[in-house]
Amino acid sequence: MAKFARKGKGGLPRINTASLPDVVFMLLFFFMTVTTFRETEQIVTVKVPDATEAVKIDRKELTCYIYVGVPVQQLQGQYGTDSRIQLNDKICTIDEIRDFIASERESKSEADRQLMTTSLKVDRDVRMGIVTDIKQELRRCSALKISYSSMIPL
Amino acid sequence: MARPVGEINAGSMADIAFLILIYFLMTTTMDIDTGLARRLPPYEDTQEKIEINRRNIMVVLINKSDRLFAGNQPMEIGMLRETVKEFIMNPTDHPNKSVIERKAIPGIRGEVPVSKGVISLQNDRGTSYNAYIAVQNELVAAFNELRDDFSRMHFGKVYTALDDDQQAAVREAIPQTISEAEPKEVGAAKSGGR
Repeated sequence: MAKFARKGKGGLPRINTASLPDVVFMLLFFFMTVTTFRETEQIVTVKVPDATEAVKIDRKELTCYIYVGVPVQQLQGQYGTDSRIQLNDKICTIDEIRDFIASERESKSEADRQLMTTSLKVDRDVRMGIVTDIKQELRRCSALKISYSSMIPL
Repeated sequence: MARPVGEINAGSMADIAFLILIYFLMTTTMDIDTGLARRLPPYEDTQEKIEINRRNIMVVLINKSDRLFAGNQPMEIGMLRETVKEFIMNPTDHPNKSVIERKAIPGIRGEVPVSKGVISLQNDRGTSYNAYIAVQNELVAAFNELRDDFSRMHFGKVYTALDDDQQAAVREAIPQTISEAEPKEVGAAKSGGR
């Protein structure tokens, strides 16, 4: 017969936590490698549409973003509830796209300028009028590579 | 006299690591950027008319109430993909669908049929972006399926599994001819979103 010897008298033994920092550091390194920093704070709400054929944008550092959507609740008093364009961290008009593209282009290296992609992050409820205006403006600045940001439905 | 160095208390190491971990969780995002990659036509001041045979153009129009018309017929979005594929490849040699030209392409044995068809996508200022992307997606899907079929027939693999040279050859055989037309007003209430 096996004997079940009782260790000690009552009370659980202390769990060894010496490897806890290692585990947490591992998690930390995981998140550091797979995530990217948020570039901008969103001041317009954007829920991009679904598209099954969407492809990954391959060079993220060569991408600039144009957000279009309704301003967030706190800023609706200032900017209204109509769809607005957000460039960097502020609400802009159509005419400011030209300067935005020029400055974005300036920040890239000479060789990569042709490969710059403009990602249009447009809310699904926006009307096409404003998007068409943006597209015309981008054509005028010859920023022809665009990507209609969309999610691959799960 | 050498004294033994006392062990450093590492008990708070976990707390520090947690703190940094939480910082990274808050400031970073995990979302991968995906989107429909397109190329806009270059801007020209003078609109020169490019003569394209009428039968080679299929107009896909989305009106201001998100209704879809393809080749002058109202259509459900589920039908669009097949219609586009049939228009582009024209397997029955229909006189109202696109002209097929046989061409030799480097990297592919023999001559392959290359379609001259162009899909002209037109929308209204009042069209919703959701409907527009849904249609764009169907058009891209139609071309992707044609490319997959072609790749399977000639290389025995799907398009994405081919190497760069083969992909270029397939792209030449089935060019993605989606033209985004110049904007025009087709009786819509102008949206004031500027």
